[in-house]
Amino acid sequence: MNDAASHPRERAFRIPALLVGALLAAACAGPPAGGGPSPSVDRPSGAGDPRVGLDAGWMDAESAIRNMEHVASRPRPEGFYDEADLGNILLANSDMAYRGNLLFMGSFHGFQIWDITNPASPTLRTTVVCPGGQGDLSIHGDLLFMSVEMPNARVDCGTEGSFEPGADPDRFRGVRIFDISDIGTPRQVGGVQTCRGSHTHSLVPDPRDASHVYIYVAGTSDVRPDAELEGCTALEPEEDTTSALFRIEVIEVPLAAPQNARIVNMPRIFAVGEDVAGLWPGGAEREGAQTTARTDQCHDITAFPAFNLAAGACSGNGLLLDISDPLNPVRVEEVFDPNFAYWHSATFNNDASKVIYTDEWGGGTAARCLRSDRHNWGANAIFELRGRELRHRSYYKLPAPQTEAENCVAHNGSLVPVPGRDIMVQAWYQGGISVFDFTDASRPFEIAFFDRGPMADELLLGGFWSAYWYNGRIYASEMGRGLDVFRLTPSEHLSANEIEAASLVQWDVFNPQTQPRVAWPAHPAVAGAYLDQLRRAGAVSASRVDEIASELDRAVSLGDAAARREALTRLASTVEGLRSGASGIDARRLDSLTGTLRDLASGR
Amino acid sequence: MKRRTLLVAVAALASCGPETEPPRTVQPGAPGEASREADPRAAQPSPARHTPADAAFMAAMIPHHAQALVMTDLVPKRTERQDIHMLAERIDASQQAEIAQMRRWLESRGETAPPAAHVGHGDHEPAASEAHGMASPDELARLAAARGPAFDRLFLELMIRHHEGALRMTRDLLATEGGGQEPELFQLISHIDADQRAEIARMRRMLNAQLP
Repeated sequence: MNDAASHPRERAFRIPALLVGALLAAACAGPPAGGGPSPSVDRPSGAGDPRVGLDAGWMDAESAIRNMEHVASRPRPEGFYDEADLGNILLANSDMAYRGNLLFMGSFHGFQIWDITNPASPTLRTTVVCPGGQGDLSIHGDLLFMSVEMPNARVDCGTEGSFEPGADPDRFRGVRIFDISDIGTPRQVGGVQTCRGSHTHSLVPDPRDASHVYIYVAGTSDVRPDAELEGCTALEPEEDTTSALFRIEVIEVPLAAPQNARIVNMPRIFAVGEDVAGLWPGGAEREGAQTTARTDQCHDITAFPAFNLAAGACSGNGLLLDISDPLNPVRVEEVFDPNFAYWHSATFNNDASKVIYTDEWGGGTAARCLRSDRHNWGANAIFELRGRELRHRSYYKLPAPQTEAENCVAHNGSLVPVPGRDIMVQAWYQGGISVFDFTDASRPFEIAFFDRGPMADELLLGGFWSAYWYNGRIYASEMGRGLDVFRLTPSEHLSANEIEAASLVQWDVFNPQTQPRVAWPAHPAVAGAYLDQLRRAGAVSASRVDEIASELDRAVSLGDAAARREALTRLASTVEGLRSGASGIDARRLDSLTGTLRDLASGR
Repeated sequence: MKRRTLLVAVAALASCGPETEPPRTVQPGAPGEASREADPRAAQPSPARHTPADAAFMAAMIPHHAQALVMTDLVPKRTERQDIHMLAERIDASQQAEIAQMRRWLESRGETAPPAAHVGHGDHEPAASEAHGMASPDELARLAAARGPAFDRLFLELMIRHHEGALRMTRDLLATEGGGQEPELFQLISHIDADQRAEIARMRRMLNAQLP
């Protein structure tokens, strides 16, 4: 584990709240120096880390930042906060989805639509009141899907709740469907109720039929009574084969008629043979179903359609699913980790050779980044994926210890699409945001961070729910403080070319739980990113890299197309010549660089 | 006059481009129904209500958790198994935090939290203790007296039973009228259920690993 923060050479910005505005206006000063990877530590020391000891406050907390720039901050809008009850979960922000220049911010109270045409100045367009929580969102075309599990959710989006005892026909727990063709007036057009509600969901396209999409539903709370939703039973599968435990639901949404969305499959992804609960230990010494507690649910499933895979973070296990037939996901691998409390979410790297699973120890409401908490608890576990076998390689946890007033544990993030490297940006609730490299699965290290002091001197629920890279910026949803936008800045860990190359990747739609495969365009910044990596790794001498870089600059600026093609082709051959003797990641980067130069030469 | 002022204001906003248009707030209806404009300050969640069973659950779970801490306190001097040390450390950290959360929940709702002392030693009402999987004073004494593999086995058996008792408590709460629906409590019991199930699975593995 890298503990760069403890390195004595490190400097970082520590920003009194009143200066934030000024800093937002001005570009940050040059990159601070940083330390390289250092040996792993069992518990975070926090020595010298500017994230330690930040003053508490709601919108005026002290903050610390390194290797990124805080370009915008927008508090929760009117109606989506209660100044007298800042930690009220019923008004908290949650997960995000993106379409074009719009950011859809989920909330336990509904959702908000932000215009991010200018990322430094997000503008609120519409707030939609429709309580339910958690409010995780996905988008397909003009349809927006929302996860709902909280007992106060109503079919009609009413705010009066559903606290009446017993079965309530007005209660809604499942997946809501909105039409967002008019972003000023989203309409509810459908909804599918499920036995355990929808804690999260993942949108999965059907490669053979574009007229519908599938939604995988992960339900984690109690099973509703049959009187409220017919067919729901919380009995163990040994007692009732229709048990709502040990399964996920697959919803089919006909795009032309979303009101007809329905559950079309309830795959038993925990089954071994005929035993629907077969995955879990204790079978041999089971004293009877009533006293045998087993883990029986998925918290989050990340689909990676380009590879026909999905990774399920399923409470007691990490699962790998084959989704070649998206209607019938099939478990192909499972892993168990003695250090994991609760498998929460998953992220693939871009070539699906690694999977990061997160452990939401403490459920997100507890302070689990204390100095006394081990570094491999409430952390990410990084696995290598070879064929269909997952092998554990390391853990990564926020390096800076947090206080008892800050709920903190590994939470949602996404890849930062730097070619030639595996980099992720991740939210850690009140632990802030951490950007880290896991190119070497055994040696992850931190690149950049942002952190605020606690919301208050006592623990109020808050912090970053999600932090995702989208079209050149990091957008982060703060449960209690709103929307924050960041720009990565060059440092010794990340070059200007690498940031520019990542920013070339532009999505029309981004649903973080449906991972898109990145392909970089032929662009000098992409070639520059590989060159910077080869130099940083010492694979090619600095003077050689400089020669190649200046020849690249000269070649791409040539006005004559034939001359440009010839210079770039020659440069590609030069780079290819460096290939002999190189191995592993260095060889792959040389190959990618050669390919990029050839594509540039041919004008592709 | 009033109207003209409004028009001027709207025109001024419009001239600044779309960025300065005031945000709209809408509240959709049931599927298929139209959405309506809403006042964001009025459309607030109704205050969360809790039932007497919710408060009783929290008040009972505090001593239940406290007994887990009594058991984990015995671990350091009685076993050399690293996995059991780690398990105990994890349970200790998790359940201390949950006890604090449950206390906050009760106190902020004007309910009485059990006093810090006199909890967890298995000396309260025996019938409830047994139903909740708690260890009896006699079992705690046997655990305190055990060492090595005998301790490991008894510790795991008692802790599995203890965790299963917690799951039963959450299930019983959900079976009461309106129980477990208050949002913060709902989150907590969903979490306790998931966390302790995963921990039981881990303990079963450890117990199986110990078998010859």
